Amino acid sequence: MTNEEILSKLRERFPEVVVDVPELIDFTVAIKPEAVVDVARFLHDECGLDYLALLTAVDQTERFEVVYHLWSIKDRTTEPFVLKAYIEDKENPTVPSVTPLWRGASYQEREAYDLMGIRFEGHPNPKRILLWEGFPGHPLRKDFENRTYTFEELKPTRPTGPEW
Amino acid sequence: MQDTMSEEELIEEQIKHNIFLTTVDKVYNWGRRSSMWPVAFGLACCAFEFIATGMARYDLSRFGMEIMRPSPRQADLMIVAGTITHKMAPQVLRIYNQMPEPKYVLAMGNCAISGGPFPSYAVLQGANEILPVDVYVPGCPPRPEALLEGIMKLHDKVMHQSIKTVPWYK
Repeated sequence: MTNEEILSKLRERFPEVVVDVPELIDFTVAIKPEAVVDVARFLHDECGLDYLALLTAVDQTERFEVVYHLWSIKDRTTEPFVLKAYIEDKENPTVPSVTPLWRGASYQEREAYDLMGIRFEGHPNPKRILLWEGFPGHPLRKDFENRTYTFEELKPTRPTGPEW
Repeated sequence: MQDTMSEEELIEEQIKHNIFLTTVDKVYNWGRRSSMWPVAFGLACCAFEFIATGMARYDLSRFGMEIMRPSPRQADLMIVAGTITHKMAPQVLRIYNQMPEPKYVLAMGNCAISGGPFPSYAVLQGANEILPVDVYVPGCPPRPEALLEGIMKLHDKVMHQSIKTVPWYK
């Protein structure tokens, strides 16, 4: 199934879910974050997109975007179907997790949470993966001050306990 | 010739050939520097240069260092080879604390000296924020010859230490 066919099937199945079809290098469809679970299940079950290659987050200054690159292994697609979720809420960005559908999303969602602060509901292990839980801030946000830290500065943020 | 020398002279002759006089310092230091055992602590790319130094062409074995102990309790040199991230820093300190004295630290490569090419929120800007470094070997990564020069400088430092003034016997 080509990406355009997938888009038309999506539009007829979920009439108002598509927010935007931006003109980018890859065929991209943008939806609202609340609809991610239903759309993802539809794409996985009925359009045969069984491989999630990439899950990242982007900080466009007035919104967050969560980007999913979906491929179909059985149909041997040659270009990804890019699904974006536009998150308008910058204070508390949340999006449902797609880990139950595509296992490869597990670590990538943890990375998006760690570096961007976007929470994924329903993730089986919602912990920071590259930095530690007490690290101040989310580094890849546009408003994060890009500086170096000394060991002493970060000492109070570290976890304490017998294994530390 | 031995017939014409008196007994005292004979004894002196023998003494010259068979008795070595030296200081405790020299023997102690010589023993320590000739068989420094590094703890195998490669973090990033410098680890590969460290491994290359241990291989056939630039041999570390001729310095007595071919046994890289995996356990810090049996090592006396820590070669910090690679980038220390903030997440890894407490563990580096932990390994250093487990080494028994006398112990030395050699910071290999730009990342261990001062954060290297990474002025980042995640990288500790230099091993000397958490460890007392004895020798710095610059380079990204330093060639094996540079690492050997650094090790020889460390040997010099060890040879010039005196038992009376070392910090672990105070």
